[in-house]
Amino acid sequence: MTMTLTAPAGAGPASPTAAPAIEARGLTKTYGKDVRALDGLSFRVEAGTVFALLGPNGAGKSTAVKILTTLSRADDGEATVAGFDVRREPERVRRAIGYVSQKPALDPEATGRENLTLQGRVYGLGGAELRGRVDELLERNGLSGAADRVTSAWSGGMQRKLDVTMGLVHRPLVLFLDEPTTGLDPEARAELWGEITRLARDEGITILLTTHYLDEADRLAGRLAIVDHGRLVVEGAPEQLKSALHGDTIRIELDRPSEAETTRARAALESVAGVSGVVAQDGVVRARAIRGAAAVPAALAALEAAGVPVAAATVARPTLDDVYLRYAGRSFQHDEDGAAR
Amino acid sequence: MTALRDTWYLTGRRLRNFSRQPWNIALTLAQPIIYLLLFGALFKRIVELPGFGNQSYLTYLTPGIVAVSALYTGGWLGVSLVLDLERGVLDRFLVSPVSRSALIAGQLIQTSLMTAIQSIILIGLGWAVGARFPGGAAQAGAMIVAAMLLTAGFGALSCATAIVIRQQESIIGMNQMLLLPMTFASTIFIARELMPGWMQQVARVNPLDWAVEASRVADGASVDWSLVLSRTGLLLALAIAAAWLATRSFRVYQRAI
Repeated sequence: MTMTLTAPAGAGPASPTAAPAIEARGLTKTYGKDVRALDGLSFRVEAGTVFALLGPNGAGKSTAVKILTTLSRADDGEATVAGFDVRREPERVRRAIGYVSQKPALDPEATGRENLTLQGRVYGLGGAELRGRVDELLERNGLSGAADRVTSAWSGGMQRKLDVTMGLVHRPLVLFLDEPTTGLDPEARAELWGEITRLARDEGITILLTTHYLDEADRLAGRLAIVDHGRLVVEGAPEQLKSALHGDTIRIELDRPSEAETTRARAALESVAGVSGVVAQDGVVRARAIRGAAAVPAALAALEAAGVPVAAATVARPTLDDVYLRYAGRSFQHDEDGAAR
Repeated sequence: MTALRDTWYLTGRRLRNFSRQPWNIALTLAQPIIYLLLFGALFKRIVELPGFGNQSYLTYLTPGIVAVSALYTGGWLGVSLVLDLERGVLDRFLVSPVSRSALIAGQLIQTSLMTAIQSIILIGLGWAVGARFPGGAAQAGAMIVAAMLLTAGFGALSCATAIVIRQQESIIGMNQMLLLPMTFASTIFIARELMPGWMQQVARVNPLDWAVEASRVADGASVDWSLVLSRTGLLLALAIAAAWLATRSFRVYQRAI
């Protein structure tokens, strides 16, 4: 296998430019008898980048993170993190990574400073170095004022900030963020987005985050992978995935959203040149067009000819939403085909 | 070395949290104090039967109550671990390089220290209501050490249950299924000679009874060191085996998630 890519034993973590920071190959994990959380998941994350695993709840994202952080074990498949094998060298992986789980994982009876200090100590930090690091992190995240109060008295947003900070005390090479902004208010989310971007840009930390928010992946990730049913559906840079959809989305709202009208509208649009992938639902017809702005007048003319009144028409550049629908949909189809065969 | 360092910091975490709510210890003492005062009064005249030696029932009962209190303190330890699991604190430790044995040892040391404080309070209270300790300070010392080891042993078993089953209900269930029968299949309330034969046999292998045996001194006698050493030795062996089991149980947990 490609195990030879990893750093030699005894050397430090792999240099950021050479090996990927994370490499997963064919990860499989089944809970109980038949709950297949991961079904051969493979992906690579280059050092110093932000990578998002995007998918609905239950897609297997958290399971993947648990395996990569050595919390759980895969039934099958291999993975390296910072050049170390998660199964054979868990101790080295643990020293190289930071992990922030879905829920805030704080000791509610301890103060913010005590939480951070203990976290540093279990990584072998101590003395003035640790005190300085804790002060610096508290200061940078605006937590100095609350630092000596027990965290159970903190707001959710502050707890989340401390939580992320705790994953950073020992200056990890790779940071895992599992659904970092779920449940945060918009302001706290924006702040955390800023911090994630800053960590990758200024400190060169490789970040793997999981999310079911498309805008989050779009905004933060250099590359992303859509995961569904424990498998990789598609992987690439957000822009690349969007442009691969070839063209724009046309959305037409019908004036009378009856079934007959919708069927007629769909037939009319399908006859327009340069328009494809027509779908209709609840009085809204969507289609793809290579040049949306040019296709709209033709589409409206076709609808008028067919006697279908239109309430509104919009053209939009494809979003990750479209990417998700497109690929997750095809993935389901693949699954069904596979089952039928 | 790392394990010792980690144990030091993790024990410190537990002790600090305890020091923030020191009055919790009063709650844990309610049951043993009720046992001591009610059973002490209820069975006062039972010592007229043969088998108790020439001593008051409170003198007989107090070392037993110290041991029962220690047993329950240990038995409930898993609850704090379940809380750490539910809060994700344990997962955070498990993805760090922290020593697994320190995660258990830190809990056991802190709880055993709690037991030492409880034992001192119960010994003082027993003395105040009329119990006497013919073995003096040596007897009190043996009582406290045996109680701490008993807490550690059952604390570790409780932790293992917590890690494998991960529900507070399982700890409650284990305590009811195990600790209550252990309490009565022992010489805590009644002299060995007065127990049915099969119960005497059960009491012989009951760790709670080992602690009681190490804690009692007959009237006018001094501490029987060979008995104290053999019984605390058994308790120490139990504590080590249970702590090992609890440390191993992290693997079961990590395979299951």
